[in-house]
Amino acid sequence: MTGIVALYIFMLAAFTGYEVISRVPVILHTPLMSGSNFVHGIVLVGAMVALGHAHTRLEIGIGTLGVLLAAGNAVGGYVVTERMLEMFKASGAKAKKGGH
Amino acid sequence: MPSGLSRELVIQASYFVTAVLFILGLKRMSSPVTARSGILWAGAGMAVATLVTFLYPGMTNYEWIIPAMFAGAALAWWSGKRVAMTDMPQMIALYNGMGGGAAAAIAAVELYRGETGSYAVTSLAVAGGLIGAVSFSGSLIAFGKLQGLIKKSYRFAGQQVLNLLLLVGALALGVMIAGQFNASPAVVTGLFLAALILGFTMTLPIGGADMPVVISLYNALTGLAVGFEGFVLGNAAMIIAGTVVGSAGTLLTQLMAKAMNRSLGNVLFSGFGDTGGAATGTVTGSMKPIEASDAGVTMAFAEKVIIVPGYGMAVAQAQHKIWELVQLLIDRGVTVKFAIHPVAGRMPGHMNVLLAEAGVPYDLIADLDEINAEFETADVALIIGANDVVNPVARTDKSSPIYGMPILNADKAKNVIVIKRGQGAGFSGIENALFYLDNTRMLYGDAQKAASALIQSVKAVG
Repeated sequence: MTGIVALYIFMLAAFTGYEVISRVPVILHTPLMSGSNFVHGIVLVGAMVALGHAHTRLEIGIGTLGVLLAAGNAVGGYVVTERMLEMFKASGAKAKKGGH
Repeated sequence: MPSGLSRELVIQASYFVTAVLFILGLKRMSSPVTARSGILWAGAGMAVATLVTFLYPGMTNYEWIIPAMFAGAALAWWSGKRVAMTDMPQMIALYNGMGGGAAAAIAAVELYRGETGSYAVTSLAVAGGLIGAVSFSGSLIAFGKLQGLIKKSYRFAGQQVLNLLLLVGALALGVMIAGQFNASPAVVTGLFLAALILGFTMTLPIGGADMPVVISLYNALTGLAVGFEGFVLGNAAMIIAGTVVGSAGTLLTQLMAKAMNRSLGNVLFSGFGDTGGAATGTVTGSMKPIEASDAGVTMAFAEKVIIVPGYGMAVAQAQHKIWELVQLLIDRGVTVKFAIHPVAGRMPGHMNVLLAEAGVPYDLIADLDEINAEFETADVALIIGANDVVNPVARTDKSSPIYGMPILNADKAKNVIVIKRGQGAGFSGIENALFYLDNTRMLYGDAQKAASALIQSVKAVG
């Protein structure tokens, strides 16, 4: 990837993120933060590539830690976001009584 | 197995699909109607990207990759399924810190190997590693504070100077690495140590009340770090997803800070968060108690009731009882709405999650801008576990630490009923003038028990 193309991608992605969020109601701030937290779990892909090409013992050790952490970010982010969003229902959907 | 060229095509096309799914998913998550499908779309994108990465040319070390993936995924799955909704903010901080740590780990692997090549790529690896490491250690502290593992806010003279020195030191080591292209391992180690310590010392002095803003900031920083490492690895999915989160997270951080009437600089460098300033100003008048039976009757014969819940309600786990009460009132023909202050709960939007958990439909919930004009026409404003966010002092008393903070105008309602455990001042230690108004009655007791008593009282009206 050439530097200037990468710079364009960077700029467009930054505007995209700003636009996507700018009209969000406050009621969704917490799930949305959690959702964006999940999205940067894509670091898992990078951690896999880094570990997949590691040679020395030090690189493998750090790479393994990276994959472990990244998988935690992706899976944990998904699970908690899904749990929160699952609960949002409108009146029409005949809200069931809460309870433990 | 496809040949080299078509394999490359499959990988790139899949990453492209992932990027599209992420953006559409985030877009869908910004409306309550489509939010649920949003996370599913984003999840599908993540699955595609993860699977296709196994096709990457020249991959080895599968004996490490696969167990590490499963271990991380299993731990996160287990903890994510178990965590209580009230503890959600610190869990987000923890998972976010893990992402930052992973970004730093990628940078560390690349920099120790010393084959990052050009000046620009090495600089990005350094920047991403630095930011990722700060986000990692900082998020761990944020988790510890909200979880109650770290109770004190550590402050000492010269703290800001130390932070500045750490930052300058880390940057200097970063410049050394970027300039030489092939720095000695000791310099790389120094960079990461400085960044990790900086994350600790930056976050330790910040009080619990400000933590949501800090978590949101670290979320944005992790996104940025992931984007930078994406440049280093030439991975478009990482660049796009990371940058989108970086900018979205920055905006979200600003919105949160604004909702809390704090500037970001203030949060990071002043440490108001838990000291709250001394209780100032004296309030005249007295607090007038009310019995649950009388309060229930007042609500049962009201036309419009607005409920203002605070974190105290969630701590007492009273939201289920409150929803039961609301359903009874609605059945009687009373119009009931929930008014949510942006900082109700521990994070903007947290209270909505807690109410949703109890089964409250989101169309009964209104935020500050929507509801504030309606208090004047409400017969009853019921305050449960909220304090500073309904304190009219914020509108009038310039000397008050909360002066200027947007508040819910509960004092404009015809009757105000406050459920409160005791007579003490609020979270910030500021006396609440609302409690002393002529139209305010205090219903003392535990939020859950008080709600049960109100239910009995409304039922008794028949």
